[in-house]
Amino acid sequence: MANPLLKLRNVGFVRQGRTILKDVNLDIHAGEIITLIGPNGAGKSTLLKLALGLIKASSGTRTSTNKLRIGYMPQHISLPETLPLSVTHFLKLAKGFDARDLSHVANRLNITRLLDNPMQKLSGGELQRVLLARALLSNPQLLVLDEPVQGLDVSGQSELYHLIADLKDELNCGVLMVSHDLHLVMAATDKVVCLNGHICCEGHPQTIQQDPSYLELFGQSMPAHLAPYTHHHDHTHGEHCDHSHDEHDHSHGEKKS
Amino acid sequence: MMWLLDSLLAGLLLSLMSGPLGSFIVWRRMAYFGDTLAHSALLGITLGFLFDIQLNLAIVLCAVFVALILASLQKQHIIPSDTLLGLMAHTTLAAGLVTLSLVDNVRIDINSYLFGDLLAVDRQDLITMAIGASVVLAVLSKMWRGLLAASVSEELAQVEGYPVARLRLLFMVMLAVVIAGAMKLVGVLLITALLIIPAAAARPFSKSPAQMAGLATVISMLAVAMGLGFSYQFDTPAGPSIVLTSALFFVLSQSAYQMADR
Repeated sequence: MANPLLKLRNVGFVRQGRTILKDVNLDIHAGEIITLIGPNGAGKSTLLKLALGLIKASSGTRTSTNKLRIGYMPQHISLPETLPLSVTHFLKLAKGFDARDLSHVANRLNITRLLDNPMQKLSGGELQRVLLARALLSNPQLLVLDEPVQGLDVSGQSELYHLIADLKDELNCGVLMVSHDLHLVMAATDKVVCLNGHICCEGHPQTIQQDPSYLELFGQSMPAHLAPYTHHHDHTHGEHCDHSHDEHDHSHGEKKS
Repeated sequence: MMWLLDSLLAGLLLSLMSGPLGSFIVWRRMAYFGDTLAHSALLGITLGFLFDIQLNLAIVLCAVFVALILASLQKQHIIPSDTLLGLMAHTTLAAGLVTLSLVDNVRIDINSYLFGDLLAVDRQDLITMAIGASVVLAVLSKMWRGLLAASVSEELAQVEGYPVARLRLLFMVMLAVVIAGAMKLVGVLLITALLIIPAAAARPFSKSPAQMAGLATVISMLAVAMGLGFSYQFDTPAGPSIVLTSALFFVLSQSAYQMADR
């Protein structure tokens, strides 16, 4: 395999005496989708920030290819009401912005009709598309997505995941994303990394389900949780998706209560 | 009358800087940060007297120093940000007042530093201000995109490769320059008002960031001219008169907007 775009070696992170991450090794290659999962407080966001170079690791090293272009889609951005900013203005702020790319990306993400809207008036799903568009405008070699489908309904989620998978093929970029939502992710992902302060287990989604540490982390109710996953995989071709999603949501709720 | 013209020119030059920078302060939710830097200006004056540094330079240096201390304390998360800002603002103001009264050979009217003085601006100040304004405007127009990108989201801007840390420092220095310039005219306690009120008044009628910065500049200029005129006519303190005028513009702009909305 070619050199990885980004390489983390024995990376650890300590904040105010508390170890958030330790001994994390991660390689991201072009054309590969890696999904980070893990319980709350597992250090997913921290690992993402380390990969992005936003924070410095307390130990270990981060190496990337020369002048790696990263497109980052944050979970959310909060814009003050006082800032008069249309979607177009926002997208034009992308570093190295090229006007020719704008209409292409806007078409691709289906946000052309939003371009004149103020950023603050966008719905959650619209904002996510706009944030993804901004990430694409930097012509990325690596896409980093922080819970990209958060807050979308199930059909919106699978739509956006398919879009991300398609974009990965078009751009031949690497994708690193965080998800709290395992089963939908798995359809397109090449490698799932299960995080809980350290990497508990990693591997192809199909094999990771059998991993004991994975089962331990996500509890005994996992098998019930996994059933819908197969469904979702089918769903990429099937017609009965709405029904199966409902079923899944139901079981999810039961598990939590 | 010449001195009134000097003050007016100084005020207009000030507006050229405070319009855009005030907009950034509003966008970045940094009003209290700006206020804290402004409060440190008096300490800057004292230090200037003590060490015989040019006063404007002393104010800028002191404000940048306070900004750096603030940034490093905020990073350590020892106390909440608003508490820290309040603490620093009033500590530096108190330190300025106390040290100023301890310096024997200086006889100044503290009131005029706190609330501004119509008569305080001289030719030398005007020249300094003109230089300051040209430099600030040149830097602003060159760094506009980066500053705006960082105001929208520092993380996003940093990932995309904007020099976020450098831009933040640059912004603080420019803010310090405005504070030094505004000090004599509006006084330490009211500088923030001159920065944020015109920007807030401009907001409802702006469709883009650049438009808001421009409109804020115009409103600030009008407020300066009318406020100074009022101050001259009725012998009221200059700073408060200017600030009240801009507040009037804010009220007018809000009501006009609400009416149009209906």
